[in-house]
Amino acid sequence: MMTTIALPKATKGLRIPWGRWGVRGVALTYLTILLILPLLVIFRDGLREGVTGLWQQITAPAAWHALKLTLWTAAVMTVINSAMGLLTALVLVRYDFPGKSWLNAVIDLPLAIPTLVTGVMLVVLYGPQQALGAWLKEEWGWRIIFAPPGIILALLFITFPFVVRTIQPVLMEMERAQEDAAATLGASSWIIFRRVILPPLALPLTSGALLSFARAIGEFGAIVIVAGNIPMLSQTAAVYVLGQVESDNRMGASAMSIVMLTTAFTVILLVDALHRRGRE
Amino acid sequence: MTTMVRTRPITRYHAWGRRLLIGVAVTYVAFLILAPLTALVAGAFQDGLGAVLNALSQPDVRQAFWLTLIIALITVVVHAVCGTAVAWVLVRHRFPGRRLLNGLIDMPFAVSAVVVGYMLLLLFGRQGLLAPILTRLDIQVAFALPGMILATLFVTLPFMTRELMPVLEAFGTQQEKAAATLGASGWQTFWRVTFPALRWGFIYGLTLTFARALGEFGAVLVIGGGVQGRTETATLFIYRALDERMVVGAYSAAVVLGLFSLLLVMGTDLLRRRETAGRGR
Repeated sequence: MMTTIALPKATKGLRIPWGRWGVRGVALTYLTILLILPLLVIFRDGLREGVTGLWQQITAPAAWHALKLTLWTAAVMTVINSAMGLLTALVLVRYDFPGKSWLNAVIDLPLAIPTLVTGVMLVVLYGPQQALGAWLKEEWGWRIIFAPPGIILALLFITFPFVVRTIQPVLMEMERAQEDAAATLGASSWIIFRRVILPPLALPLTSGALLSFARAIGEFGAIVIVAGNIPMLSQTAAVYVLGQVESDNRMGASAMSIVMLTTAFTVILLVDALHRRGRE
Repeated sequence: MTTMVRTRPITRYHAWGRRLLIGVAVTYVAFLILAPLTALVAGAFQDGLGAVLNALSQPDVRQAFWLTLIIALITVVVHAVCGTAVAWVLVRHRFPGRRLLNGLIDMPFAVSAVVVGYMLLLLFGRQGLLAPILTRLDIQVAFALPGMILATLFVTLPFMTRELMPVLEAFGTQQEKAAATLGASGWQTFWRVTFPALRWGFIYGLTLTFARALGEFGAVLVIGGGVQGRTETATLFIYRALDERMVVGAYSAAVVLGLFSLLLVMGTDLLRRRETAGRGR
């Protein structure tokens, strides 16, 4: 999954005739063309008119609104996902109940389903022409599709495995002895949860939450279906970039791309740092 | 003899508390994941099986799925070679910039698909950086198959490498050294000793790459343009069909695409689990 893997110590192993330089050459050339070159080009393009030029593009009304919408929906998703992911992982590790293996399998579904298909699913369920969607709108006045709730639902669907799957292994390895000790000393189950179970989970929970946040910033396929492309209303950052590309506003597209890239990479570096701290 | 009963504090939550927690988790998953899934399948079959089959056998649908398949297959082949090489170099070699590279491998997980397509457009587009070279060589990358393959390669970059790295690391070099001592050549050692150990990581990496390639949308939309009959993949067809209110067509294609990637990933997972369990590991 998205976890950054720690680099092992380099080891010398088998020798292949055309040598290490051959393999290294292939690998590095490949990465340069595929990864580094495109990244450099977009930064060059976006910073053509300096940081002030970039700032002007970002603070244009439609761009600013798209960026704010992206950030707050991602934040709401992260909070809900952390709570529900923690709860689901706890239930899966600690309780036995009929259908448990089933529940465990369903959690991985979002990883295998294309996000565009996820978007279609949500439209079929909550779309204004559908039974449930129409009912929610008439009875409660709730708009899900083409509105922020739809975005949040789509993001929750896509990122659900991230928190559950980072917490689960840690929870499974946790010793019960400390909980027993706390219980013997008369701690209530809530106190045990907060003081004994939660602290070791803080690190994996944070990294799972951060990864889902990073993933949410760039999500496009599900959101363009669920939220549509309405500027100043339901247009997120990724959809905004598409709009700027289509209307040939290179500066606008590059500026927003740079902001999204920087945010995502910062979060990934943060997770990496957390992992390193966790191992120490 | 009374044995010490092993207490499990959490189960000492009152029974209703336990039931409540399980109930909340199950309801959440049912509402978040299963309800939309069911709705999609029901939506596709709203006019019966005949309508689904009819929608799926339209020439533009078949062409779109065909293109998706071609792109996914090429992606898998390239990553089988280059992704393995990258994993190898990152685990076995030491060179300046190795840590930065290791961090960059994860970039595609977090970079928006639209941005990926746009970056390639900046490089290979009509006014792109490499445009002069491409016109001289008469190669079209943007709005054509090569660009869409590049986009898919970018998006799927981490899967192969990240599946292989831990396996390669755990395998170590002892057995290779033993093989070398016994007189095996480099390639012999790789194919007879190293590769069999990497096999499941390799297969799983390929499956994930393939499944992800099938579902790619944003990047191929931007770099390919989604021209019907030329650069329209399965996902782009679904997008257009929704726009044109061809509901059954869109839903059916979505079901097929979702089901296919699902079976692929879950099937390989099952096989791997059976294999590793069979060996008693």
